Parts: sequence; structure tokens; C-alpha cells
Amino acid sequence: MTVDAAELRGRVEEFLAAHDPQRTDRLEFLRARFDAGLAWVHFPVGLGGLGAARELQPVVDEAFAEAGAPDNQPQLNVIGLGMAAPTILRFGTDEQRQRYLRPLWTGEETWCQLFSEPGAGSDLAALSTRAVRDGSDWVVDGQKVWTSLAHRARWAILVARSDPDLPKHKGLTYFICDMTDPGVEVRPLRQITGEAEFNEVFLTGVRIPDSQRIGEVGQGWQVAMGTLMNERVAIGGRTPPREGGMIGEAAEAWRAHPEKRTPALHDRLLTLWVAAEATRLTSIRLRQQLAIGEPGPEGSAVKVAFAEQNQAITGFELEFLGEDGLTYDDWTFRQPDYASLTKRGAGFRYLRAKGNSIEGGTTEILRNVIAERVLGLPPEIRTDKDRPWKELPR
Amino acid sequence: MSAPDLLYTELEEDLRATVRRLLRERCDWTAVLARCESEEPYDLDLWRTLAGELGLAALLVPEDLGGAGASARELAVVAEEVGRAVAPVPFLGNVLVTAALVACAEREVLPQLADGSRIGTLAVGLTTAPHAAFPRSVKADGTSLTGTVSAVVDLEVADHVVVPAVDGDGAALYLVDTAASGVTRTPTTPLDLTRRFGTLELAGAVGKRLASGADAERALRRALLTAAGLLASEQVGLAQHCLDSTVDYAKTRYQFGRQIGSFQAVKHRLADLWVEVSTGRAVARNAADALAQDTEVDLAVALAQAHCSDLVVLAAEEHLQLHGGIGMTWEHPAHLYLGRAKSSQLTFGIAETHRQRIGELADLPTP
Repeated sequence: MTVDAAELRGRVEEFLAAHDPQRTDRLEFLRARFDAGLAWVHFPVGLGGLGAARELQPVVDEAFAEAGAPDNQPQLNVIGLGMAAPTILRFGTDEQRQRYLRPLWTGEETWCQLFSEPGAGSDLAALSTRAVRDGSDWVVDGQKVWTSLAHRARWAILVARSDPDLPKHKGLTYFICDMTDPGVEVRPLRQITGEAEFNEVFLTGVRIPDSQRIGEVGQGWQVAMGTLMNERVAIGGRTPPREGGMIGEAAEAWRAHPEKRTPALHDRLLTLWVAAEATRLTSIRLRQQLAIGEPGPEGSAVKVAFAEQNQAITGFELEFLGEDGLTYDDWTFRQPDYASLTKRGAGFRYLRAKGNSIEGGTTEILRNVIAERVLGLPPEIRTDKDRPWKELPR
Repeated sequence: MSAPDLLYTELEEDLRATVRRLLRERCDWTAVLARCESEEPYDLDLWRTLAGELGLAALLVPEDLGGAGASARELAVVAEEVGRAVAPVPFLGNVLVTAALVACAEREVLPQLADGSRIGTLAVGLTTAPHAAFPRSVKADGTSLTGTVSAVVDLEVADHVVVPAVDGDGAALYLVDTAASGVTRTPTTPLDLTRRFGTLELAGAVGKRLASGADAERALRRALLTAAGLLASEQVGLAQHCLDSTVDYAKTRYQFGRQIGSFQAVKHRLADLWVEVSTGRAVARNAADALAQDTEVDLAVALAQAHCSDLVVLAAEEHLQLHGGIGMTWEHPAHLYLGRAKSSQLTFGIAETHRQRIGELADLPTP
């Protein structure tokens, strides 16, 4: 049985008739929506879905939004929804799926990811956090970094080294880590913007039951790649409206300040406007390809172009603002739940945009990915691939 | 406003395959190069096959005017293949004249252009931007035309020319037979050996008035917008060829004991070019779709030209640079692509011209 858009609308209507969004408790409403299979429609029946086509999700979301129903505040649980959930669905056990997916979707439990380390960023497989088997538990020690939402998260997806004698890609294992464990210490990491959007996380003798392992021992790299694939789709798939994002801020500044305009700045602004609009159309094209089941590699193009443009646009904005560009809106040290680029001053945008070419895969790594996987050029020469991890220079 | 359709339909892909196959057989680069230095720089047999047998010249013509009633979307796919092969055919002149005649609902010459038996062009300078003021260099007195237009594309092979002129009622479009008396055509030596142009001199030549006033201005602008929008697809096709050919070369050329494509300096340049071509394809498809749907045509075309006319040069220059020494020689087609690319960057206005237009359309006013 395949569920189509009309049937989904019918089911939402039926659900709303039984659960008046105005009078039902928010959590109760969300739990019921999950149980009715109307959470993420492409998930299996019993796990918040109906096994429908992924593209039909907007049908459900829009119908609930129109009815004024509460949502699960997806922006507060991006790692959970975008990475942990698909990973648990694909690689987890039945018990894990039953335990974690429902409170994840409702937002009762938020998630973070413990992947990157000070010594393993782009070269993620070089990570050195250790997981040592001890009876039915694993004991984990190490340090993670750039961990968004760690200060709020109930759970984390974690990759750790379970066998240092194997080559670096082969000795990794994937776990679910309890962030309330006493061995977990989260410290906010102040950034160039002045705020702490992410954290460093110290793991000291953290005991993780083997039942919280995802995938086989030593299969951590494959599971992590599955997770990161979802991250890349999440970044590439967002389609802002025209003048959405940074270019809109620059365009508004231009309109608001006729006295600051010069011919040279005008052409620069228009150059950036054209580039931003071209990238927006490219992401629309990517979405259309995904919708007909032919995922194009354009996601990487959008990511590379988007990072470069955001940096150029925010730099332009400061130059255009002149004396005002010397100022900063607020250096207060705080921990936002997610990065909002448009509600802050131009200086903040300039500094924050510097991260766009680093987070989610650096531009340099993405260029290698494009060159090797899309264009089929020879791979980088690797000297570390078949050597035991413990012998690699660090 | 609904989102533009930026993909290719199955029908469009079939059309592409047919055109590509024909061009591969009849128009490999050695043939193109040999022709460039001959007395017949255009391959009119090839054009008759494309236009007549395959019916490509009829795509833009509505069915009630004797055409195929397709749209710029299909023709854009043809343009990509023409660009990929730097085909020496009067494609651009045909697009210009056909779009102008369709806008005037002309019924006599259009069917002959649509079936490929006759060739036409539009007498505007090739660097004219779609939003430029109506040209005033030709005056009309009754049916008699006098004046000069330079850089008229495909002029030497044209049987008919649509001429923008100024008469007692203001702007007008006239149809001129190039065999008529008072018509002189002088070819110009072109930077782009594969696409020719020349100067049209009219000394009391007879013309038939097709449209006047606002109708003439609208028809001319429509013709220029159509051709500029389709040129973006031609530029994407050319850029894609340059990328493909350079990637192939980087896999087979060895230096320092390795394929040059294994060096990160080369890989990253090619990855960046691929990003540019991917975005270029999206804006070019957007322009073709806008022309087909007749929505936001001015903005979509300006955007496509602002982006693709620089993209095409970047691609042709990277093509040459990454081929190293061989790229500088006559023995490799890099120069044919560079000539077409640089010339097409200037065609219908350089990127800066289109950005200024976008400034007007997107409420980003000049200082």
C-alpha cells in the first residue's frame, strides 16, 4: 500500500478532529501525532511514519501548520532529526528504534553529535577518543570539540576508537552516549563572534552499555558516513526565497542608505546578487532532481558556492556601511540554541560566515570530493590508509 | 508565482541525443577548423539538415504560423549542443529573426525560414543588450531604407534581414531581401572564426514594413531577449565541453610520473569550474523556462547573461591553461572555443551591462 497526498490530507484532518490543537496539551498532541504515523511520513509504521514517499512530508507539515498545531521546534533538535534519527532507523536495533525515536521527534529529548576532535576535523577517521570493552559496557575517554547543542542535549551520537591496532577507518565503533553521565563534561567554547554556539566535551571514564552501540564493532566509519550523508543533504536541500539569507541583508542596507552608494560598490553588490540568485536556482534544481528520485551532485556545488558568497557578501556589507561597519552589536558571552544570522548586526554576520567554508565539510575537502567522485579524477595519495592507527604520526 | 522547471524533459533529452549524434558525425573540430579558413566558413548543408530535416528552425514558430509550436526550452537544448560543438551554422541569426517575425505574426518569409530553405538575420549590432534603446542608424522613407548597421550576425549567408529603422511614425521593423538593389554586405574579420558577422549598408533599399511604434519596439526587444536567453544555454554547452575535455585530458596527461589530474592544484580548479557550470546550467534553464512561460523574462535573461557570459570565458580559459602548451597551438581546438567564448561574452552586452539592468529590475538603484 502506498500513501498518496490526498490520503495524507485525509488522515491529518481525521487526526485534528480527534485532537483539537487548541485544547490538547502540546506534548500529548505531538506524541499522538507520532503514534498516528504523521511525524515523518517516510518512516515505517509504528516508528512515527506511514512508509510514504519522502517528498510528501510538506503536505503533512503544511496541513498541521494551517490548523495552528504546535510543531516539534525542529530548529532546536537539528542533529537529532537530521542525523541521529536516520542513523538509528538504518543501523539501530528494534529496541533502540523503539526507545529513542519517539522522544527525539517530539523534542522531549534533544541530541548532539560527538564526532570531531581537536586532532581530527576534516580527517575525522584519525580521531583518538578510546572505547575499551569492559564486560557488558564500554569505557570511553577522550575529548570532542565543535559540539553544537551539547549543553542542551540528552543524548549524543558518538564515534570512538575501539581498536588502535587496525587502520584508522577500521577500528571505529558508533555509540549512543548519555550526556547526563557524570563522566561527561560540557564546556562552552567561545567563538570569534563572542558567543558560544558550540562546546568542547570531555569524556572521562564514561560507561556506555553495549546495548547502546549502533552497528557492529569496527563498523563505526560506515555508520558515521551514513550520518554525514544526511547532514550534507540537509544543508544542500534548503531553498531560501529570492534575497533570502545574507544577500537580503546587503540589499536592504543598500536601499536604506542612498548616501553611502558608489558606482563601484553598486557593481559589486549586483555581482553578489547575481551569484546568490544563481546559487538559489541551483538549489531549486537540486530539489527538483531529488523529487524525481535522481539526486544530483549539485548539493556540493551549493555548499561551496554558498560559503564563498556569504563571506563575500558580509564583507561587502561592512565596507558599504563605512563608519557603522566598524561597530559590533553585542559581545555578550551567551549560548544560543542555534545560529541566527539574520537577526544580528552586520559585524556578527561577517564573523560567523567565516565558519561556512569550514563547517559541514571544508571547501577544500568538498573540492576533492567533487574532483574525485563527480569528475572521476585520481584520488589524493594516501600514506595512512593501510597502516595501524597507532603508528600514524600525530 | 510557481517555481521554474529547471530540469530537462525526456523529450528534450531525446532531442539533445539526436542533435549531438548529428554534430558528432558532421562537425568534429577538425572539420570546423578546416572550414574556418575556407571560402565557405558556414556549413550550410549541416544547417539545412538541422533546420529542415530535424525541424529545429521551426521550434520557436507557433503552429498557426507554420511552425512546430515548441518553446525556448527545447531550443535551449539545441543551443547547448551548438555551443558544445562550436558548430559553424547560422543559429543565432536564425533565433533573432525568427523571434522578431513571430512577434510580428509574419506569414510569408517565416515558413521558409522555419523549413530551412532560406536563411535570415536581424540587423542589430551583435553587442546590443536587450534593454538598449531602439536603434536609430537606419532611416525609412516610405519603403526606402537608408543607413548602416555594423556587427550583424550571420549576415553573409542571410537571404532576408529584419531591419529596425526610424520612419515618420517613429520606430519600425522592415523586412529586406538581401538580393535587392541598394543592399551591400561587407564581412568583418572575426575573433570568433566559427560565427561570422558583417556590416549592412542600405542605400535606398526596398523594405516591407512589418510593425511600427510600440509593436516594433516590443518585437525587437522580444527577439533580443529570446536570443540572449538562448545564448546562455549555448554558453553552458560550450563551458560543459571545455570542462569535460579538460577532465579527460587531466586523466591521461602524465607529468612528474603522475596524471596531472591527481594534483590538487588542478583538481581544485576543475572542481571550481564544475561548480560554476552547475550554477550556470540552473540560471540558463531558468531563462529558457521564463521565455517559455513568459514570466519574469527580463530578469531571468539578465541574470543568465550576467552569470553565463563570464562563465563561458572562465571555462574556455581554464580549458586552454590546463591543456598546457598544446592549448596554445592551432593543432588543438582550444582556440576555437576561446574565440567563441570571448565573443559570446560581448554578445548582447557584457555581464556588467546585465547587472546594471538587474539593479533596475530588483530595486537596487544606482548611486
